[in-house]
Formats: sequence, structure tokens, C-alpha cells
Amino acid sequence: MSNPPQRITVNLNATPVQAEAGQSVGAVLMGQGIKAWRTTRNEGKPRGLFCGIGACYDCLITIDGEPNQRACMVQASDSMNIEGDFSA
Amino acid sequence: MNAPSDVIVIGAGVIGSAIAFFASQQGLSVTVLERGLPASGTSSACEGNILVSDKELGAELELTKFSLDTWRGDLAEHAGHWEFESKGGIIVASKESSLASLDRLTRAQGEYGIDVERVDIPRLREFEPHISPDALGAAWYPDDCQVQPMLVAGHLLNLARKNGAKVQVNTRVTGFVRHGETVTGVTTDRGEFHAPAVVNAAGSWSEHIAALAGVNVPVKPRKGFVMVTEPLPPMVHHKVYAAEYVDNVGSSDAGLQSSPVVEGTPAGSILIGSSRERVGFDRSVNTEALRQMATNAIALFPFLEKTRIIRHYHGFRPYCPDHLPVIGHDPRAPGLWHASGYEGAGIGLSAGTGKLMGQALAGLATDMSLAPFAPERFGEFTPNTMISQESAA
Amino acid sequence: MSKESTSPFDVAVIGAGPAGLAAAVAAAERGARVVVLDAATQPGGQFWRHRPESVEPDPEGHGHHGWKTYLDLRSRFDAAISTGVLHYLPNTQVWMIEREDAGRFVLRLTPATGTTIEVPTVRADKLVSCAGGYDRQLPLPGWELPGVMAAGGIQAFIKANGTLPGKRFVVAGTGPFLLPVAANIAAAGGKVVAVCESSSLTNWLPHMGAASGVPGKALEGAEYAAIFAKHRIRYRTRTVVTKVVGDSSATAVQIAKVDASGAIIPGSERLLEDVDIVGFGWGFTPQIELAVSLGAETRIDADGSLVCVADEKQSSTVPGLFLAGEVTGVGGAVLAVAEGYVAGASAANGEQPKTSTARQIQRHRRFASAMHQAHPVPEKWDELLTDDTLICRCEEVSHAQVTEARDVLGATDARTMKSFTRTGMGWCQGKVCGYAVSCLSAKGTTDENAQHASLTSVAKRPVATPLTLGEISTLDSREPHNL
Ligand SMILES: Cc1cc2nc3c(=O)[nH]c(=O)nc-3n(C[C@H](O)[C@H](O)[C@H](O)COP(=O)(O)OP(=O)(O)OC[C@H]3O[C@@H](n4cnc5c(N)ncnc54)[C@H](O)[C@@H]3O)c2cc1C
Ligand SMILES: Cc1cc2nc3c(=O)[nH]c(=O)nc-3n(C[C@H](O)[C@H](O)[C@H](O)COP(=O)(O)OP(=O)(O)OC[C@H]3O[C@@H](n4cnc5c(N)ncnc54)[C@H](O)[C@@H]3O)c2cc1C
Ligand code: FES
Repeated sequence: MSNPPQRITVNLNATPVQAEAGQSVGAVLMGQGIKAWRTTRNEGKPRGLFCGIGACYDCLITIDGEPNQRACMVQASDSMNIEGDFSA
Repeated sequence: MNAPSDVIVIGAGVIGSAIAFFASQQGLSVTVLERGLPASGTSSACEGNILVSDKELGAELELTKFSLDTWRGDLAEHAGHWEFESKGGIIVASKESSLASLDRLTRAQGEYGIDVERVDIPRLREFEPHISPDALGAAWYPDDCQVQPMLVAGHLLNLARKNGAKVQVNTRVTGFVRHGETVTGVTTDRGEFHAPAVVNAAGSWSEHIAALAGVNVPVKPRKGFVMVTEPLPPMVHHKVYAAEYVDNVGSSDAGLQSSPVVEGTPAGSILIGSSRERVGFDRSVNTEALRQMATNAIALFPFLEKTRIIRHYHGFRPYCPDHLPVIGHDPRAPGLWHASGYEGAGIGLSAGTGKLMGQALAGLATDMSLAPFAPERFGEFTPNTMISQESAA
Repeated sequence: MSKESTSPFDVAVIGAGPAGLAAAVAAAERGARVVVLDAATQPGGQFWRHRPESVEPDPEGHGHHGWKTYLDLRSRFDAAISTGVLHYLPNTQVWMIEREDAGRFVLRLTPATGTTIEVPTVRADKLVSCAGGYDRQLPLPGWELPGVMAAGGIQAFIKANGTLPGKRFVVAGTGPFLLPVAANIAAAGGKVVAVCESSSLTNWLPHMGAASGVPGKALEGAEYAAIFAKHRIRYRTRTVVTKVVGDSSATAVQIAKVDASGAIIPGSERLLEDVDIVGFGWGFTPQIELAVSLGAETRIDADGSLVCVADEKQSSTVPGLFLAGEVTGVGGAVLAVAEGYVAGASAANGEQPKTSTARQIQRHRRFASAMHQAHPVPEKWDELLTDDTLICRCEEVSHAQVTEARDVLGATDARTMKSFTRTGMGWCQGKVCGYAVSCLSAKGTTDENAQHASLTSVAKRPVATPLTLGEISTLDSREPHNL
């Protein structure tokens, strides 16, 4: 517990951001105060984390060019490119 | 006892619902009996294409044209209920041999008055930018349309109800009430219902219903899977299928056949078909069918390789050995009518069927002859055509 | 391990949560060759979810109950891996199961994250499903706003990331699970503005007998009371959140008192402002689609969830298929472990559980059932819904569309509702809206089996988790199995 947290850099919509290693992509975003990163198909409503465990697919995001990845499931890693409907 | 009506319709799929609507438009009192809920059979396990493109020349194509006119004419004012869309169909040939079948098919269809246009590859790419580079030739059918079949059944039933029809769900027909030879009603798990005309619109289960009346209507289930992808921005704009599909539709083989049918939907998912196999009412998943369908679809649209499916489903097409539906009065059991055996085209053919059956049930001349679809073409009941295991389920 | 993984295993275990770990260890220690498939990247399941071991190699289990049990199971699990009897495939989701000759199970796999799967298929003679569950949800106005989460989702967030998803929280719904969620938020430095429990605590009185059979629970209760006092957390009973307020994300909630049926007591509404995360939990929905696809018989449990039937050996009604944990009925981690041991042992060698074990399981089941009866989903929960409240979040289907399909088109079960309105047709395949859609469609029907049939149709999910067409196109074929 006492080890200092390792830092990583991720790119949120091409903006480099420092984050603690060992967090999910969703946690990195929430840590930046970003609560929504997807817009719904029909009504254009914002969505982010909901179930938190991979069941609801509300948290979909593009990671390293792969669309529709679950932000709550994928662990953020150094120099990861994270793209979605949010401003970093 | 339940109050008698003019017509009893067995089955609330698209066919039964269309008949209920058109018969009630004719002023007939109608009772629909459905063992489950509306559209709980094949009509909720299919796709909603109204296709002229996949039909060989003959009576079925005639009925298709009539039905298309009915969708666009009599039913036009309700089209919004069931998301009617004229989106057009495209047949793609990727092999020299299928190019030859496509030539033969389109030439004959053109002579017959079907609106079909051969398109070259650049034009094909305008229609479908993501089509495989292997495509050799294609045909465009502007008349191919689409509806949401469950909503068709649901709303036609509701419109029929407004005309006074009764819809009894969760009511299973178990036998017939006869007066001598004549059918005068049905028995169900919720009592007897009486009517001088009883319509067997039980889809893949209609062989069983016919057998209850002692007549042979050899409709068998022909199973098909559909895979549904994740919702995507528009990538596939029409109904697109391979030329081999037309051959499979016309085949009578019981073994597994598959050919790619790919179409985008308003909801963003892409539907991927198609498979055909005669395995009775076996509901198990056939991985080989899924594998072939996936392989075929990727061959047609390479981007699909990375697209995910979120579900798949299967339905049982009501297949008739001579590939023609069974429509009309059955002289072998007076009072009994059939509207069944539409195989992979029941959605498209429902509107026309409903209109013709409405006329016939009201004792009017039909706009189109039902003779090619006559039920008695299967002859008398003989022990070896007795209800097969396939349809017992 | 690729070569070994293609030859059939004796036992496959789905899930590495409390039940799955126990099942895997029990089977491996009896000499069975075992494979464990789990969607998560490390063992623990929901209950023992913890920080990635890559950044915190020796987690101390802060905020965890039964961490000793976990460490014991984990060391036995790791020992079995190192001797080669146990193969562990993390980050792997089972999306479909087939049977082939001799009834062997063929498990089709897809990566939980990323795009490659090393082992796309495993085969096993026996299968133990310990797939757990997810939070059960009820729609309400504003529940689609960002900042609204599943209560368990908040818990999972804290456990996995060691941080909080927000600052000021309201936790609402029903059941004792709301307590550890609030306690963990507070321990991690968050402000719990209120915990809203729809039931009354006096609901417990008739069930004290069952609770006294499980002494640990009373202790836990006392522990939470102390934590709540320390952090000044308001625990409001007979209270529900009636709507979540906010523009682009949640900023406030409106709460109200309810009567025993869940009807709002007029004039009791009040606004809790300055809230950024709202967690809802109405119990859990067991993840049973794989077992159902194999034909396992189901029943409706005391909490109204559809669960699979299991006998005293944790055997389902399908030969060779064993079940443990939430899939047999929501009952907590201790019960899940106990069932897991039994399931693993009977899958390995048909062993009968010891009388003492059987009794322990019975006691915990009784307790769980008492808990469910004390914390029912309010009968009138749907009175909060407005016409435009979303019922299906994925396909954005409104309450008005659902009621119209039911009342006008006759969609009186979830399957028909799905056909008519697209509820449950989206990405999650009805995992989130399934329970609510079942209730809403069957509303007004007198048929006792309607809700069971409806929930069963929701539990049918032939693709348990999405996968690419590329993966499907490379499936190996199976030997046909005649059932
Ligand atoms: C994968 C697939 C894709 C398809 N795609 C298309 C397409 O794109 N276009 C197209 O036109 N067609 C398509 N079809 C075919 C189409 O779905 C059918 O032809 C059509 O649904 C048949 O409708 P029906 O009303 O005859 O049968 P059903 O919809 O099956 O209705 C029969 C009803 O009878 C009820 N019933 C049965 N027994 C009894 C009883 N004893 N008592 C009371 N009720 C009873 C059943 O419950 C059922 O609801 C497809 C089919 C499949 C399987
Ligand atoms: C989000 C969440 C948080 C929770 N937090 C707490 C808590 O803090 N305290 C508490 O008392 N109770 C908590 N619970 C309840 C707790 O989960 C149960 O009491 C207990 O963990 C159940 O154990 P299990 O082994 O049955 O299932 P789980 O612990 O849920 O384990 C199931 C495992 O199976 C995996 N899995 C499921 N389906 C598949 C598949 N198809 N393929 C591969 N793997 C699969 C899952 O990823 C998971 O790892 C929580 C529940 C949830 C949903
Ligand atoms: S939050 Fe539900 S899947 Fe990620």
C-alpha cells in the first residue's frame, strides 16, 4: 500500500493526461471530471459509467482506434489513445 | 359458449392478422385464436423484406406483385405503423457461375415486367461503398421494400379489433367441430368457437392443424438463423445478397444451406442471414450455420470481420415441398380454409393474401386467381403422408 | 498451454468469484483437471474485487469481508495452477456453450477486453457455472443521466481503482447491500448525503429467527451502525429517490417517503442538492443465460429474480451441469463459497456434501430468503415513471411506448414487448431493463406463470457476450450431439 503510485500518460482525445497506473479507462476519465464520453444514437444523450462491471455497455469508448470498448473493463496503460464525445 | 362469428382465424402471425384485418374490412365478424401472444411464431423470428428480386417467374411472383400493390395501396395509410420503407435490393455475383445465373434471372424478370437494372461495379460502389472488391456484377431492384413484421401483425390485429374482430390470445386450437363433413368451428383449451369458415393460418404448425381436420397440407419447418450486429453508423444501405441465395431459396434439400444476405436497419444493427435446414422444430444452435453465415457475410462486406454480433435468433419458415403457398378453401373439409406455406416470403405476401382471402371469405370474386395455391393439390390423406414427426412439436 | 487446452478437461468452471474459486479448488484438490474461465483480469469476482496486482502485489483487503477466506482460496488456487492441474484463463468470456457426443460441454470463448483470444474453445466433461450476477435496476426519471450508477458499480469502482467516482453520493434502493456500499464510500473519503432504503426496518422483525442462524450477520450489522454514526450518514428507511435531477449529469435527487406498497406519501418530497453520484441497487440479477441455454430448469426466488434450480449436490436439472453462487439464488459470498465447494466436489467425483455443510448452506439460504422478504421491490415502483422515462437505456424506449405496446398491441410478456418496442434488443441484451420490462409487460395479467415466462424470455441470450463475425467465421465445428 505504501508504494508511491506509478504514473502513466494517456491521450484523451489527443490531449496527454497523467494518470495513476492500474486504473480502468473509466476511472481515468472520471478522475478528470469527465462523466460522459458517449452520445446515444437516437436522442443524442450523454452516457458514461453505469453498471461498472461490463454488463450494461453504456460506457463504450474508442481505445487505440478500436471502437465500442467497455471503459469500465479496460485497464488504462501508458500512451493509450482514448477517444470519445468529451472535451478533455 | 363463445358467441359465433363469420370467420375464425387460427394463428396471429402476419398472415392471420392480415386476413383478420381484410375480412373485418369486408364487414365479416372475425375471431382470431392464437395459442401464444400476437406474432409469437415465425413472424417474430424473421426479417421484414418484401422481395420481388428473389422470386422465380410464376404464381408466387404474381402474388408478390399483387401484394406489393396492396402494401402501397390499401395499406398505405398505415405504413408508418410498421416502418414501411422502399429501400431497394441488390443481388451481387462474385463468381463467374453466379454471374451467369444472375444474367438468366434478371433477363427473365425484366421480360416479365419486374423493375430490375443491371449495375456495373462503379455504380454498385455508389450504392454500397463497402462492398467486397471481389464483386463481379450486380442487379438493382428498386421495388424491394421492408417492414417491421411484428408491428405489422400487432397493428393489423389492432385495426381488425377496431372493425369489431375479437382476438383471443393464449388459446390453443385442439380440434375441429364438424357437422357431418363440414367444419363448423374449433375446440380449444378455452372452450369451443363456432364459425362457418375457419382459416388455418398456423404457419409452420399448419400441417398439424390440417391433420386435426383429417386433411394433408404438407407444410414443414425450414429453420433459419439471423445474426444481429452491434449498432453502427450506416454501412450497408440496402438489402444485399449473393446470387447463390436465389438458388438456395428454390432448393428442396433438407441439409444445411447458407448464402449471404446482409442488410442495414434503421436501428443501426446489420442483419446477417441466411441459413436453411430442415431439422424439424429443433431449437439448438447450429454453429456450422453461424460459421458459414459469418464467412459469407465477410466475403460480401469485408469490414464485417471486425463487427460484433450481439445476438442471433432463428425461426421456422413454413416450407411447402412445391415452394408455393397453400391458399383458399379446402373442398376436402368444407368450411376449412388455409393460408399457409409461405416459407421465406410470408411477410411480403401477407398483405396480398389478406386482401384476397378477405374477398374470398366474403364470397366475392378475388382480384387474382387462387387456383395455383389450391389446398387440394396435395390429394387425400394417406398413411405415409400422415403428420410427420417434424410438425408434431 | 495451447496444446493442453485443446484436450478436454474434467471440469470447467465459469467465474473466479467466491463460488468459482471454491469450486475450482475443490475439484482440483480431488485430482480433476480443471479449467477456469473468468471475464475479469484477476481472481476475486465482485465480492473480492481488488486493485490490479500489477500495482499492488499484496493487497491487504481493506474494506473487504472474509479476506482471509479469499487468501486461503487464492493460495490453493495458485498452488493448483503451479502443479498444472488447474488452467486459469482470465480476461475470457464464455459466449456460448454447446454439447457434443457423450454430453461433453463445448465452451466458446471471446476476449473480455482487447481483440485476440488465444484459446477460442475449451471442452470439458463437467461444467460448474458460477457466473454471479449484476445489480438489478428499476427505471426512474433521470436514471439515464451520467453520474447515476449501479450501487455495486460504485463498490466495484472503489475496490478496483482505489478512488471514488465522485464526491457527494446518494445510495438508494433496497437491501442490506446498500450498507457496505455507503461504508466503503465513506471510508474512501466520499460524502454520503443519504442512504434511501425503500423498506422499513421493522420488516426484519418476523425474520429474526432466520437471522439468528447466521451470527456473523449481526456482527456486520453492528459494524455498519458504527461506521454510519462515525461518518454521520443518514439512513432513511421507507424512502425512495423519485427522480434524479440534472442537465448533462446528476446534480440533485428528489426523495420521498413511501408506504408499505411503495406509494409516495403526498407532501413528503424533498430535494437533496449538491449530489454528483447516485447509486441504485434493487438486489441482484443472477447471470443464468448460459445455464438456461443448456436447458437448466429455473424458478422465481424470494426476491423475484429468476434463478436456476439446484439440488443438494449443486447439480442443475441438466446432467453434468453444476451451479454455485448467485446463479442458484442471491445469497452473499459466504453462501457462494459453501456452494462452490460442494459443486466442485460433486463435479469432480460425485461426492455427497457432509451433513454439516448441507446444514450450513440451508441456514444461509433461509437467511437470504428472510433478507429478500424484508427488502422487497416496492409493489408500486412504477408509479414514479413518467411517459418519457426511459425503460430500455440501450434502445431508448420510453415508458409511453411500453405501455402503448402492452395496452394497444397486446405485448403482455417481455418477449413480445421486445418484438414491438425493441426493449432489450440493444448492446446489453436486456440485462439492465429485463426485470422492469417483465414487470411492466405482465402488469395487469392474472396469469401466475406470466412473470416466470416473461423473465425466462429475458434470460434467453444466445450470445452471452458480443463477439466479432471474424471470430465466428473461424469457429471449429463440433461433433454433433444427439440430446
Ligand atoms: C430467418 C427467417 C427470415 C425470414 N425473412 C423473411 C423476409 O425477409 N421476408 C418475408 O416475407 N418473409 C421472411 N421469412 C418468412 C416469414 O417469417 C414467414 O413466412 C411468415 O412469418 C409466416 O407467417 P405466418 O403468419 O404464416 O406464421 P406464424 O407467424 O408462425 O404464425 C402462426 C401462428 O399460429 C399460431 N399457432 C400455431 N398452432 C396453433 C394452435 N394450435 N392454436 C392457435 N394458434 C396456433 C402460432 O403460435 C403462430 O403465432 C423469414 C423467415 C425466417 C425464419
Ligand atoms: C458489482 C457488484 C458488487 C458487489 N459488491 C459486493 C460487496 O461489496 N459486498 C457484498 O457483500 N456483496 C457484493 N456483491 C454481491 C456479491 O457479488 C455476491 O455476494 C458474491 O460475490 C457472489 O459470488 P459469485 O461467485 O456467485 O459471483 P461473482 O462474484 O459475481 O463472480 C462471478 C464471476 O464470473 C464471471 N463471469 C460471469 N459470466 C461469465 C462468462 N460468461 N464468462 C466468463 N466469466 C464470467 C464474472 O466476471 C465474475 O468474475 C456485489 C455484486 C455486484 C454485482
Ligand atoms: S459501465 Fe456498464 S459496461 Fe461499463
